[in-house]
Amino acid sequence: MQISIDFDKCCGAGQCVLAAPDVFDQRDEDGIVVLLDDNPPADQAENVAQAAAVCPAAVIQVKQ
Amino acid sequence: MTGAAVTGAPPSRIAVVGASAAGLCVVEALRRQGYGGPLTLIGEETHLPYDRPPLSKQVLSGAWDTGRLRLRGADDIEALGLRLRLGSPAIALDTQDREVALADGSLVGYDALVVATGTRARRLPGTDGVRGVHVLRTLEDAVALREDLAGKPHLVVVGGGFVGAEAAAVARGLGCEVTLVTDTAQPMGDALGDELGAMLRAVHAEHGVRIETGTLVDRVLTAGGRATGVRLADDRTIDAEAVLVGIGALPNTEWLTGSGVPVGNGVTCDVTLYAGSGVWAAGDVASWPHPLTGERIRVEHRTNAAEQGLAVARNVLAGPEQARPFETVPYVWSDQYDLRIQIWGRTRGADEVRIVEGSPAERKLIALYGKDGRVCAAVGVNMMRALRDYRSQVAEAAPFTARSAA
Ligand SMILES: Cc1cc2nc3c(=O)[nH]c(=O)nc-3n(C[C@H](O)[C@H](O)[C@H](O)COP(=O)(O)OP(=O)(O)OC[C@H]3O[C@@H](n4cnc5c(N)ncnc54)[C@H](O)[C@@H]3O)c2cc1C
Ligand code: SF4
Repeated sequence: MQISIDFDKCCGAGQCVLAAPDVFDQRDEDGIVVLLDDNPPADQAENVAQAAAVCPAAVIQVKQ
Repeated sequence: MTGAAVTGAPPSRIAVVGASAAGLCVVEALRRQGYGGPLTLIGEETHLPYDRPPLSKQVLSGAWDTGRLRLRGADDIEALGLRLRLGSPAIALDTQDREVALADGSLVGYDALVVATGTRARRLPGTDGVRGVHVLRTLEDAVALREDLAGKPHLVVVGGGFVGAEAAAVARGLGCEVTLVTDTAQPMGDALGDELGAMLRAVHAEHGVRIETGTLVDRVLTAGGRATGVRLADDRTIDAEAVLVGIGALPNTEWLTGSGVPVGNGVTCDVTLYAGSGVWAAGDVASWPHPLTGERIRVEHRTNAAEQGLAVARNVLAGPEQARPFETVPYVWSDQYDLRIQIWGRTRGADEVRIVEGSPAERKLIALYGKDGRVCAAVGVNMMRALRDYRSQVAEAAPFTARSAA
């Protein structure tokens, strides 16, 4: 799985971190998403799909 | 017995009405969860699903062109294999024969139906067709307001909610003269309470917004079909070339009249977002009882639309018998000038507020809101990452103690 992010559109909601804490974090200063792992193991697929679905700015793209 | 009535058997035809944040989330989640049957997405707007929060922010300011609002690319939508019916609203529902009637005269049959028709902006009576009077709900609304603001008019914003306060900030940035009129004691006062409301008011005043609080706008004044100002309830008038009406939103449920689907303040669902007879609802239009308090709530937040979309997709496939209650900690944000305000939970009805980090003077803080001795909300201003640590206190309704620090 390959994750890409449109960082410019991220609004720092942190929903992605709640859904997949092993894959996403947020910067301290402005809350913008930090991608901890752009090619996470298959057991993260469900969490990552959830993160992409709830991200209110629709900035998380997942390619299998 | 029909297929849909057999416990555990997924419905064989699904229709989703409303092609925005919630509707899109439903159809995507259905496909992700393996539903391969006929799936119709019906939308009044002609656009592919797009995002609304940037309308009062990046789109109004001109930082983004409207193409950036697209929630998914055309090929992603294509890959979902939908029967897309954009530009033709649903006008009636027959829950007996399980058919939706569209404005173009066609009928769409279903076994399970999801209502995701959202809300529309409330208007002031007598302003239809008056030039210079705006609401802000759709892409077209944002473009029209942006065009008007380019002429640097004096803008009166009616209403001190999120949308009005954000638009006032953007309009100042564009060099417009701005007056904000709200019937509350502070802009966003009913969402944030006195102390944070006062801080926000000060921020708007520093940026040159004139603020009239505690007063209603009686009507928009016009000459030759164009707005010339507003008259306040106390008889004063304010001259203006443009008026933005931001006085809340109304659920789009009229098309359900006579269908038997229970409608009050939105579609009246149970804890699983089910409204009976094969009908579910998600997003701004859905009202449901809070699983803890039983209080009926309807939430107009972007992430709620996505979360309910996911929950409804799962429940539609499981069927009403196996459906799970929808649980959430509501989340909303607002951008004004260089402030980002974030709210977890529900501040309304709070009887205690305590600032636990930062201060209004720093324009950087976290405040906890308490109700009946329990934490009901956490509000952050420019403390994006730190605020997340307080979410669990809201989720658990933790005791509101003297030092409810994370
Ligand atoms: C200017 C603005 C700024 C906002 N900013 C924020 C923010 O900063 N943070 C935040 O959390 N939230 C914000 N929101 C709220 C957020 O946009 C909504 O919660 C979200 O759009 C709800 O999604 P929805 O799909 O439930 O409804 P909607 O987005 O309202 O979509 C409903 C769709 O259904 C269509 N429809 C209606 N009737 C019919 C019919 N009869 N047949 C077919 N289709 C129909 C409508 O045309 C519309 O496309 C903002 C909203 C606005 C307007
Ligand atoms: S959920 Fe989306 S918008 Fe929020 S921090 Fe994560 S990537 Fe950014």
